[in-house]
Amino acid sequence: MSIEKYKIVEGQVKVTYELALGRTWSHFYDCFKEGKIMGTRCRKCSRVLVPPRSFCPRCFEDMDEWVEVSDEGIIETWVYVNMPFFAQETKIPFISAQIRLDGCDSGFTHIVGGVDMSDLDKVRAAVKLGGRVKAVWSREKKGSIRDIEYFEPVK
Amino acid sequence: MRKVAITHVAQSSGAESRESLMDFTYKVNKEILDKAGLKREEVGCIIAGSADIFHSGLSCANAYDWDGIGAFMKEGSRAEESVFSFIYGCMRIMSGRYDTVLVTAIVKGSENPDNDPITCFYGDPFYLRPLGINESSVAAMQMRQYMNRYGVTEEQCAKVAVKNLGNALFNPYAHVKKRVGLEDVMRSRRLYDPLKEMECAPKSDGVVAVLIASEEKAKELTATPAWLKGYGCSMDYFNPGDRDLLNGQLKAAAARAYKMAGIRNPEKNIDVAEICEPYAFQELIWCEQLGFCNEGQGGELIDSGITEMDGSLPVNPSGGVLATNPYPARGLYRVAEAALQIKGQAGEHQVGKKVKTALAHSTHGFGGQCHSVVILSA
Repeated sequence: MSIEKYKIVEGQVKVTYELALGRTWSHFYDCFKEGKIMGTRCRKCSRVLVPPRSFCPRCFEDMDEWVEVSDEGIIETWVYVNMPFFAQETKIPFISAQIRLDGCDSGFTHIVGGVDMSDLDKVRAAVKLGGRVKAVWSREKKGSIRDIEYFEPVK
Repeated sequence: MRKVAITHVAQSSGAESRESLMDFTYKVNKEILDKAGLKREEVGCIIAGSADIFHSGLSCANAYDWDGIGAFMKEGSRAEESVFSFIYGCMRIMSGRYDTVLVTAIVKGSENPDNDPITCFYGDPFYLRPLGINESSVAAMQMRQYMNRYGVTEEQCAKVAVKNLGNALFNPYAHVKKRVGLEDVMRSRRLYDPLKEMECAPKSDGVVAVLIASEEKAKELTATPAWLKGYGCSMDYFNPGDRDLLNGQLKAAAARAYKMAGIRNPEKNIDVAEICEPYAFQELIWCEQLGFCNEGQGGELIDSGITEMDGSLPVNPSGGVLATNPYPARGLYRVAEAALQIKGQAGEHQVGKKVKTALAHSTHGFGGQCHSVVILSA
């Protein structure tokens, strides 16, 4: 049996899911809409986590005390992303970072912007480990993670 | 508990295949049964390692995976981390339920989307996914912290890719075959700075099968069994922002495996290691956490040449995941390669020293969320 050209079928699957955010994250994003970043505190270890959790992933205890944290913090680590991939919502190049918000005990993942992205050396001069950044909020808030457009370095 | 050993190994060629996943799978499973001189009916139980949704896009595993691995009309099971499939198989022998189990991990990476859009789906849909976070971006953030905390250089990280792609030239089953120098890696595109393109694993096709057996049966089937001596696994919290990316769960997984195997000094007791390094610098961190060197000394470890093919503790003589990355199957590839080194059947990439004890490691998830360690011994 000789095959000149193997056949290939191209397929794309599009289906709809309805995913519940639950009580805790619904409240978190309601507050986001008002320009506030809320975390929850663990009854046992007292850590404040953002995004909030309904239970502590370490102690496995309820986290039902709400705490407002700052929209300013320091960069724990960052990456300059220059790779386009399917379903990516942010235009490349962009910077992803872990930001330790003041008053919070975990890193908050978001985007760092407001810097000259034209070359990597300029980015490195502006974005540093331990550098302070502050949230730039969107004018139109929808109650989602992108209500903060990005965090920009504090001059 | 009964003893259990790997008796035979079979794997597909590293090239991309034009066969359907089912036929691609069948060939390797037929090969391992022929090698062992067994009929499908004689194998106690058959277990799959596969991911049927994002890494396959075909259908439910019952359709393609089951037929191809010959698991129909038998007791079977499946895991998406193929080292879990391996250990599920081992437990079925240790418990006395079966005398032989065939474990097969399969994927055709060439057929489905790139790793980055797939691993973006590992993020939750409310927070991380809309921010475009994937395994590569978390790995790059981990790398920046690693270099900053310990003074490890970009060049030392890049050397891992030079070493492993160099080793792959001697492995007929490897996917990426090219000799690269340090400059090539350093100059490759900065897709996720500080990570560079050649420091990121490709996406590969791969089917790997291992036949495991009870003590009595193993001795009947082969003169060179590779005995399971230890296993450990640990899973970290999910949110990468709520973890120390440089102090994950590998130490805990390794401690469990070492305790079971009676290993007190891994650097001396282990002769060769096959480590899952989808990003070059991760080999250095994982080596530290496996106890091959002290914390923060991964850069000096690669500089010393100890982990080269002819060094005192070769790491990834097969070329590792940087050369061949059939994502859900890559853990079982490490186990299979460790077994081949013990059996003395690794061919041109057989390490220089005599191998008595070998370590296989697997990881998946953001920044190495989950780690598994397997210890095999002659």
